Amino acid sequence: MDFSNNQWLLPLILFWPAIAGILVLFGKNDRVIKWGSILASLLPLGLSIMLMAGYDFTKGGMQFEVKADWIPAINASFHLGVDGLSVPLIFLTTLLSTLSIYYSAGTITHRVKEYFIMFHLLELSMLGVFMSLDYVLFYVFWEISLVPMYLLIGIWGGKNRNYASIKFFIYTLIGSVAMLLAILATYFATGTFDIIGAAAAKPFMDIQNEATRHVISSLVFWGLFFGFAFKVPSFPFHTWLPDAHTEAPTAGSVILAGVMLKLGAYGLLRIVLPTFPETSQYWSMWIVAIGAIAIVYGAFVCVAQTDLKRLIAYSSVSHMGYVMLGIGAAASVLTPAGVQTAMAHFNLTQEEVLKSAAMAINGATLQMFNHGIITGALFLLVGVIYERAHTRELAKFGGLSTKTPYFYAMMLIAGFASLGLPGLAGFWAEFFTFRGAFALVPYWAAFGVIGIVMTAVYILWRVIQNVFLGEYDATKVAHWTTVDGQHADGPTDMVGFEKLTLWPLIAGIFILGIYPTPILDYFNASAVRFLAFVHGLL
Amino acid sequence: MQGFLNLAWLVPVPTFLAFAAIVLFANRNKTVSALIAIGGAVLSFLLSWPIAFSAFTADHFGQHPVEAQLFSIPTGTSDLWIGYQVDPANALMLFMSSFLLVMIFIYASGYMTFPAHLSPATYPIAAAQGKDPRYSRFMAYISLFATGMMGLVVSNSLLTFFIFWEIMGLCSYLLIGFWYEKKSAQAASIKAFMTTRVGDVFMLVGLMFLYIHSQSGNLLFSDILSAENLHHLATLSVTVPLINVTVPWVAPIAILIFFGTVGKSAQFPLHVWLPDAMEGPTPVSAMIHAATMVSAGVFLLVRMFPLFATAGEVAPGTMHFVAFIGAFTALFASTIAIAQWDIKRVLAYSTISQLGYMVAAIGIGAYVPALFHLITHAFFKALLFLGSGSVIHGVEHGLHHVHEHGHHDEPAPGGEHGGKEGHTPTEAAGHGHTGLVIHRKDGDLNLEDPQDMRNMGGLLSRMPRTGWTFIIGGLALSGFPLTAGFWSKDEILGNAWGGGNTLVFGALVISAFLTAFYTARQIGLTFLGKPRTEMAKHAPESVPSMTWPLILITPFALLLGFIGTPWGNWIEGFMEPYIEHLEFHALHVEFSFIPMLVSIVVAVGGLVAGYYVYGQGLAEGQVDPLRNWLGPLWLVFHNKYWIDEFYKGTVVAFSHWLSKVLYWFDDLWVIDPIVDGIGQLGVWLARLAAEFDRLVVDGLVNLAGWLSNRAGGILRNTQDGQVQVYLLLLVVSMTVWLLLKALPIFLKLV
Repeated sequence: MDFSNNQWLLPLILFWPAIAGILVLFGKNDRVIKWGSILASLLPLGLSIMLMAGYDFTKGGMQFEVKADWIPAINASFHLGVDGLSVPLIFLTTLLSTLSIYYSAGTITHRVKEYFIMFHLLELSMLGVFMSLDYVLFYVFWEISLVPMYLLIGIWGGKNRNYASIKFFIYTLIGSVAMLLAILATYFATGTFDIIGAAAAKPFMDIQNEATRHVISSLVFWGLFFGFAFKVPSFPFHTWLPDAHTEAPTAGSVILAGVMLKLGAYGLLRIVLPTFPETSQYWSMWIVAIGAIAIVYGAFVCVAQTDLKRLIAYSSVSHMGYVMLGIGAAASVLTPAGVQTAMAHFNLTQEEVLKSAAMAINGATLQMFNHGIITGALFLLVGVIYERAHTRELAKFGGLSTKTPYFYAMMLIAGFASLGLPGLAGFWAEFFTFRGAFALVPYWAAFGVIGIVMTAVYILWRVIQNVFLGEYDATKVAHWTTVDGQHADGPTDMVGFEKLTLWPLIAGIFILGIYPTPILDYFNASAVRFLAFVHGLL
Repeated sequence: MQGFLNLAWLVPVPTFLAFAAIVLFANRNKTVSALIAIGGAVLSFLLSWPIAFSAFTADHFGQHPVEAQLFSIPTGTSDLWIGYQVDPANALMLFMSSFLLVMIFIYASGYMTFPAHLSPATYPIAAAQGKDPRYSRFMAYISLFATGMMGLVVSNSLLTFFIFWEIMGLCSYLLIGFWYEKKSAQAASIKAFMTTRVGDVFMLVGLMFLYIHSQSGNLLFSDILSAENLHHLATLSVTVPLINVTVPWVAPIAILIFFGTVGKSAQFPLHVWLPDAMEGPTPVSAMIHAATMVSAGVFLLVRMFPLFATAGEVAPGTMHFVAFIGAFTALFASTIAIAQWDIKRVLAYSTISQLGYMVAAIGIGAYVPALFHLITHAFFKALLFLGSGSVIHGVEHGLHHVHEHGHHDEPAPGGEHGGKEGHTPTEAAGHGHTGLVIHRKDGDLNLEDPQDMRNMGGLLSRMPRTGWTFIIGGLALSGFPLTAGFWSKDEILGNAWGGGNTLVFGALVISAFLTAFYTARQIGLTFLGKPRTEMAKHAPESVPSMTWPLILITPFALLLGFIGTPWGNWIEGFMEPYIEHLEFHALHVEFSFIPMLVSIVVAVGGLVAGYYVYGQGLAEGQVDPLRNWLGPLWLVFHNKYWIDEFYKGTVVAFSHWLSKVLYWFDDLWVIDPIVDGIGQLGVWLARLAAEFDRLVVDGLVNLAGWLSNRAGGILRNTQDGQVQVYLLLLVVSMTVWLLLKALPIFLKLV
C-alpha cells in the first residue's frame, strides 16, 4: 500500500471508528465512554471536511484511491476511492454520526458501552459502503451495517422493538441475497470484482442471442435493484421503515433516515446505472413509476398518521420517492437510442436531454443529502418532545408554540424545509428532480407534483397545527418531565445539548437553501462525468 | 443618481437583517423589535425611492434597463444564474411597495396591542405593556414578508421570483395564523397556504416547461422573454394529453404560469383563501391585500406579459381565458361584497374584484393600464385596510369602555381586567359570547363583534381622521372622478372598449357600479347616520402612529392617478421604450369619451344609489333593505355562492378519505399484511422444517441409533461371559463352516 499522495486519508476515516469502538471497550465509566466517543467521532468529521476541500474538481473522477490485494484467489481487492457522488455523502455520514453520538450522550442511560460501540461500528460500515470500489468489500460493509442497527433498535428501541428490528433485518437481508447473486453473476461475466472495472467491461453485452442477453441482464438488474430498493426503501418495499424508524432510539432514527436509506440510492447510482445502462434504460419507467407513486402515496399516508414519529418516518418514503424519480428519469436516457427517443418524443435538443438527465441526477443526489439533514433534524426534534412527554400521539399535544418557542422555531424551519419551501435546502432538490423529470418523463412528473401539495398538508396541518398551535391543555399529557427525566409541570424548552445538536443541521438547511452550489458542485461533477461515461464519451 | 440602480440587489437586505436581528437578539424587547423592523423598512425605502426616481428621470430608461448577475448554480454542463434587475415595471413597484411597507410597519407598531381573545392572566407581562405577547415575533414576520416582496420585485429570473413568491406564502401563513389560539385563524392560515400552493404547483410546472423548452437554458427574464425565444416557443408544438389538442408550447406554459397568479391574486376558483385571511391582524391584511402578496400575482403577469402576448397571438384562447377569469372574478366578487357585514371582508372581496380588473386588463392586452391600476389600487386599498383596522380598534375601545363604565353587573369578556386595549376579530363569538349572537334575516349578528358594520354607525364624528381618509380611499376605489382609482380604472375600461372586448367591458362596468355601491354602503354603515351600539358611541380616534400613516397615504390615493390621464400619460410614456425594448405588442387604443362617460356614470351612479339606501346608516335593528329587495339572491351573495362548502365537501373530503384509505392499504390491509404474511409463512415453513427435521432427518438418525441399539440389545445376549456358550458357538460355527467348505467336494463326488 502506498501512503503517499494522501492515500492515508480514506483508510483513516474508514477505520478510525473501529479504533474508537475498541477504545470505548476499555472505557471505565459512562462519562468517559460518552465524551471519548464524542471526541473520537470528531476526527472522521474533520477528515471528511479535509476530503471535501481536497477533492480536485479540475481532475474529477475517482480520487484518494487506495488499492491493495485482499483475496487474490477471487480477484477481490481492498479498493477504496471517492468521487463527487461519495464525498458529500461521506461528509453527511460523519456529520450525522457525530451529532447522533453527541445527542445520545445526553439521552442514553442504560448499556452505555455497548451502545457507543455499536454506533462506531455503524459509522464504519456506512463509510465503507460509500468508499468501496470493490464488490466484495462493498457487500461486506453493506451487510455489516445491518448488525449494529439491528441491535440499536432491538436493545434501545421502543415498545414494539423486537418486531421492528427483526423485520428490518430480515427484509434487508432478503434484498442482500438477491444482490449477492447479481454480484456473483456480474463477476462471472467480467472476471472482476472491481466496480468501475466491471462497468467498463459491459457485462453480458457480449452475449450474441438478444433474448438471452436481455433475460440475463434483466435478472441481474432486478437482483441488484431489489437489494438497493429494499434499503431506499422504495414503494412497495417500504413497510419495514415506519416500524424501524418509529421504534429506533432517536439517534438511531437519525442515522437510519439520514444515511442508511441513502445507501440504497447510492448503490443504484454507483453500481446499477453505470454497469447496466441499457438494461436500466429498458426498465427505467418502472423506477420512475415507483418513485412517483412513492412521492404521492407516502404523502397521503402521512396525512393519516396519528403518531408524530411514524408520520416523519412515512415522510421519508415520500421524500426518497424524489430520489427514485430523479434516478429513473436519468436512467431513461442512458443510451444514445434513449436520447433519440426522448428528443423525438418531447421535442428536445440533444443538449437539452443530457442537461435534463444531469439535473435529474443532481436533484436525486441533492435530495439524498438534504433529506439527510432535514429528516435528521426532524427526528431529533421528535426525540426532544418524546423525552419530555413520553408520548408521540399528535392528539396529545397542542399550543406548544408559546410554551416552547425555541422548539417551535426549530420545527418550523425543519418542517418548511421538508415541504420544499424555496430558500431552504429541500427546495433545490425537488426543483432539480422535477426539472429533470418534467423534461424526460413529464407524465409521471406531473403525477408526482401532487406530492408537493400533500407534503404541505401533513407538515402544516398534522405537525405544526396539532403540536404547536391552539391553546395549551395541561390535562392531555399525563406526566411531563425534563429531558433528564426530572418531574416538570409542563413542557420545557430545548436545553443546551439539544440546541447544539440541531444547530449545524439548521444552519445547513439555511445555507444550502440560499446557496446550494457548494454541495451541488460535487454532485454535478459526478453526474456530468457519469453521463459522459455511459454515453461512451470518456 | 444612476449609481443607485446598481444597488437594487440591496433592497431586500435591510428587512432581512431586521428579521434576523429580531429573531436572534431582540425578541425579548418589544420596543426595540419594532424599531428594528421599522428601521429595516425605512432603509429599504431609502434605497428604493432613489432607485425608482433615477429610473423615472432617466431618458428612455426602458431601452437600457439595468441587469446584473450575482451567483450561479451548476446544472449539468451549464449554469443557472441569479441576479437583479431594474426596469420601468419594477421601478414602479419599488416606488409603491417600499413606501406602503414603511407606512404599514409604523401602523403595525401602534396596532399590535394586547388582543382580547387572550387572557391577561396567562401573559401578565405583555398585558401590562399593553402589547401583543408575540409583538416581536410579529415584527420579525412582517420584516421577512417585506423581504419576500422586495426580493421578488428586484428579481431578474423567474426562479428567484418564485423563491421570494413562496417566502411570501410562508409569511402569509405565519401571519394569518398569528393569533393561532383561535381555531378560525389556524384554519385560515392553512387554507391560505394550501390554496396558493395549488396555484404555485401549476406555476412551478409551467416554469419547468419554460425552462426546458427555452433556448437559453436558464430562467433569466431577459432570456426567456426575448423575442427570439418567444418565437421559438410559439413554433414548437406540443400535444396536450387527455384532450389531444396540438398547440404551440407557449400556450400551456402561459396558462400554467397564470395559475400562479390565480392562486396568489385570489382569482376564481382559488379565491377562497383571501377573505379568510382576514383572520390575521389588520396590518397583515393591508400588507397581503395591498402592498405585497396579491400585487405580486398581478406583477407576475406584468413581468411575463411578453409571453402572454405571444401566446395570445398564436393561440388566442390563452388570452381569452385570462380575460375571462379576470372579468368573471371582478363581477363575481363584487356581487359577494354587497352582501357582507364584516368591514374587512367587504374590502377583501373588493380586493379580489379589483385584482380581477387587472387580470382582465392583462387578458385584453392592456399592459400599461394593468400595471397602472395595480399601483393606484395598492395605495387606496392600503388606505382602506388600515382605516378599517383603525375603525375596529376604535370600536373595541368603545366596547371596553362600555364594559368598564356601563355594565359592571355583567360578566365581561377577556379584556375586563385592567381594561387593556385590544381587538376581537371575527371569531370573538367563540369565546363565550355565543349568548350575544342574534339571528337575523340578513345573517347572524354578534352584538360584541367590533368588525360587524351593523354594530357601527356615525363614526365620522368620533374618528374624523380615520373617517375622512377612509372616505377618500373609498372614493378612489369606486372610481370617483379625478381620484387615483378613476384614472386607472378608466384606462382599463377604455382599453376594453377600444379593443372591442364588449363582454369584458360589460362585466367590468357592472362590477364598477357594484364597487361604487358597496363602497357607499360601507361608508354609510360605518361612518354616517347614528351609532347603533354603545360601543360605537364610545369609540375614540386611534393613536397617531396609526392615523399618520393614513394621512400620509391619502395624497397618493387622491392624486396618483394624474400620472396616467388620457391627456398626458406619463406612465405610458415611461413604459413605452420598455415595450419597444422587449419587442412585444401591447394594446394601444385611441382615446374615446364613451368609456370615460360610462365610467363616470356608473361610479357616481353607484355612489348615489348606495348613499340613497345607506346614506343615513341603518336604524338600530333594521334589516338591510337589499335583503328584502333581492330575496334569496342576497343569501347566495351573502354565503359566497357556497364555494367554501363545495370545496370542503369535495376536494378536502376526498383528500382525507384517500389518505385514510391509503394508510389502511399500507398498514392494515395490504402491504404490511403481505410482508407480515411472508414473515408468517417463513415462520411456518421454519416450523415445518423443524418438524421435518425432528421427524424425518432426526428420525432417520434416531432410527439408525434405535436400530443399532436394538441390534446391540439382541447381540448382547450372545456375549454374556460364559465360556461354555462361547465354546459351543465355536464348535457349531466351525462345524457349519466345515460343512459349507466340504459341501462342494461332496457334490462333486456325488
